[in-house]
Amino acid sequence: MTEIPEIIRLVPLQHFMLLSAILFCIGVVGVLTRRNALIIFMSIELMLNAVNLMLISVSSYHSDSAAQVFVFFIMAVAAAEVAVGLAIIVMVYRNTRNIDVDFLNNLKW
Amino acid sequence: MAEKLFYFLSFLSILSALMVVFSRNPIHSVLYLILTFFSLSGHYVLLNAQFLAVVNIIVYAGAIMVLFLFVIMFLNMKTESEKPLSWLMKLSGTLAGGLLLVIFVGVIKQADRFVPSEVDFNSQVGLVENLGAVLYRDFLVPFELASVLFLAAMVGAVMLGRREVGERNF
Repeated sequence: MTEIPEIIRLVPLQHFMLLSAILFCIGVVGVLTRRNALIIFMSIELMLNAVNLMLISVSSYHSDSAAQVFVFFIMAVAAAEVAVGLAIIVMVYRNTRNIDVDFLNNLKW
Repeated sequence: MAEKLFYFLSFLSILSALMVVFSRNPIHSVLYLILTFFSLSGHYVLLNAQFLAVVNIIVYAGAIMVLFLFVIMFLNMKTESEKPLSWLMKLSGTLAGGLLLVIFVGVIKQADRFVPSEVDFNSQVGLVENLGAVLYRDFLVPFELASVLFLAAMVGAVMLGRREVGERNF
């Protein structure tokens, strides 16, 4: 019950934090440099997963289950978000035959 | 052993995350994203969070990514390529992400090195039994509210996906 798993004894928490920071920044670079709406959406999913990894690692190291419940809710919200977002993308494609975000600038100014 | 596995999974997840962003074909991006999710599930198993590892595979790799793949095949985007961005925009985007990473690394390096104590450590915290008790005792109201959120998302997706009467293709 109180035995600490091998990975928590061998790997410091900072390495998990560093990994999730790297994944988050890859997601940020993806949002900033790609113009395809679907790839931007996937980069946002990547950022959400980086945050999930951070929360789960902190919760495991501190053996506190509240953060894991929080991750569960994040996953639920992400699933709802993906359903609505993909519906919006499909509707935009149906009306304009294009999902390049530079093309969709009617709401810009 | 667990240490080596951690570094291997980290390498795999970072590499496949980079391939998500930099591959030209959207279908390849989706497949690399699925690989990223599987390696993150491996991390969750290493951290003794088995329930979330399984949920991650079922919800993300199973449902969300199939939805992405379905939409990409539905839109048939393989044939058209996106207009390349100017190198200045690409450089500034990469620079902004890199600077964010520098800030993160600086903050993480300053954090205290946390060492869990043997006395009050509970390794069963991420298992279904424990999480279910916490979820249905302390977080019951948010759990029920999530169902309202799903209903709203479902209605919204159906309304958005419906074909309108006057065909609006401009």
